[in-house]
Amino acid sequence: MDAVVVQDLIKIYGKDDVRAVDNVSFSVKPGELFGLIGPDGAGKTSIFRMLTTLLLPDGGSATVDGYDIVKDYKYIRNTVGYMPGRFSLYQDLTIEENLTFFATVFGTSIEENYHLIKDIYVQIERFKDRRAGKLSGGMKQKLALCCALIHKPTVLFLDEPTTGVDPVSRKEFWEMLKRLKQEGITIVVSTPYMDEATMCDRIALIQSGKILSIERPEVIVNAYADQLYAVKADHMYSLLKALNRFDHTINSYAYGEYAHASFRGPATEHEVVEFLTSQGLANIEMHRIAPTIEDCFIKLLKNS
Amino acid sequence: MKDTVIKTDKLTKRFGDFIAANEISFEVYRGEIFGFLGANGAGKTTAMRMLCGLSAPSSGKAIIAGFDVYKQTEMIKRNIGYMSQKFSLYDDLTVLENIHFFGGIYGLTDKQLEMKSKALIERLGLQQEAKKLVASLPLGWKQKLSFSVAVLHDPKIVFLDEPTGGVDPVTRRQFWDLIYDAADRGVTVFVTTHYMDEAEYCHRISIMVDGRIEALDTPKGLKQAFQVQSMDEVFYTLARGAKRGD
Repeated sequence: MDAVVVQDLIKIYGKDDVRAVDNVSFSVKPGELFGLIGPDGAGKTSIFRMLTTLLLPDGGSATVDGYDIVKDYKYIRNTVGYMPGRFSLYQDLTIEENLTFFATVFGTSIEENYHLIKDIYVQIERFKDRRAGKLSGGMKQKLALCCALIHKPTVLFLDEPTTGVDPVSRKEFWEMLKRLKQEGITIVVSTPYMDEATMCDRIALIQSGKILSIERPEVIVNAYADQLYAVKADHMYSLLKALNRFDHTINSYAYGEYAHASFRGPATEHEVVEFLTSQGLANIEMHRIAPTIEDCFIKLLKNS
Repeated sequence: MKDTVIKTDKLTKRFGDFIAANEISFEVYRGEIFGFLGANGAGKTTAMRMLCGLSAPSSGKAIIAGFDVYKQTEMIKRNIGYMSQKFSLYDDLTVLENIHFFGGIYGLTDKQLEMKSKALIERLGLQQEAKKLVASLPLGWKQKLSFSVAVLHDPKIVFLDEPTGGVDPVTRRQFWDLIYDAADRGVTVFVTTHYMDEAEYCHRISIMVDGRIEALDTPKGLKQAFQVQSMDEVFYTLARGAKRGD
């Protein structure tokens, strides 16, 4: 049985009938690390809130551990762990008090499931008497993860746990998730950072309430149809503008120190370089590259 | 001669025993895109608040757009623009109301406001949306509007605090087109980001670690100095050594 099954799920908001979640379907296998990858406003949080029974769907259905998110909400609330995007622990309670509170509410104790949180908790334990409201962003994030884990959930829902977090802390966080996965916990995680997609077993790329693609990250990358090039020249902004003007350009955009671009069949590398030179650019460098998830997402957005 | 618009000398901010920003010294030039990087808790926000005239330094010197951070904070505020992901526009005001509101705050006259808001709405192609609530705009348009509002009063420097956090990859790149365009017009752009590919778009970058500026150079110079291929690796090398913060 799949850990999470979502079927044609719909959420509509406001007078204008905005479809925040528009016929979304996917399923997550037990023990899988599944990523919902998409920008702000894509509908990620609405999906999380429906799956954790905090929001009623306007259409479709979903189950978590086989329980229906509408009828069986009480079972689901007992078994899943949820870390919302906005910090929502008790600011006036200390680290230890928050953790004890959540353990008690779920009828367990810190000792019983300490092995699950140990790796994370040791990093904040020396501050255990500090109030949650006085913690730094990274410490809050670690405490919230501990609180979501302390009752040994079957499925862990993490809504943008790494948003606003620096690259080093983000990497550490994903290392923690990999260890949790080894404990057999199913994890559904959302992120606006495309580079984090490769850490997931499977991902759903989502935009404007609709899923653009669901696959293993490497399959999405391999399915990229065009030959992609990295191009560099002495002046980046002029290069971008020139690539945009070129007749044979399919797609071109900045990507770190290079521009990424794809061209229609007839244009050879030589022709591209020739065109750029004619546009006044110098020191042109160009080579074939393999696309990243971000390249795939950009292409999907442009096609949709 | 390079025209210096930000100059700090051993700028320091203490909170009790804690030194949030520790003797930071650097210069930023006119028309430059300056990336201000650092891990969470490294002291970026504290430093930026001092540069914007919002927080008095404990010691050291700084001149922003020609004005002193101790004595001329009101003049600094008039000569800079500010935008962040968290605070930008009012969702329940219309496009036009937002422009008028922020323009007014920045001290534009009614006549200037009328002219500038008309020009801005035309340039962004928002004629149809001028009287619609900002809440109804797609994220990409909101961002463009919010940046344009931050530079409406023709500031010398615009401070952007994580302007692209959580934004989709296409909108993120459109936003950088605006940044390039502003820099081309001579506006200095001071920007923080957690996206390392965006660090590559800056002319120069500083990286803060534990309250100090540990590195400052062009992206190319930093990669050479650390003998690595990407800004990601430069950042890891420096920030991994951090003792405080998260």
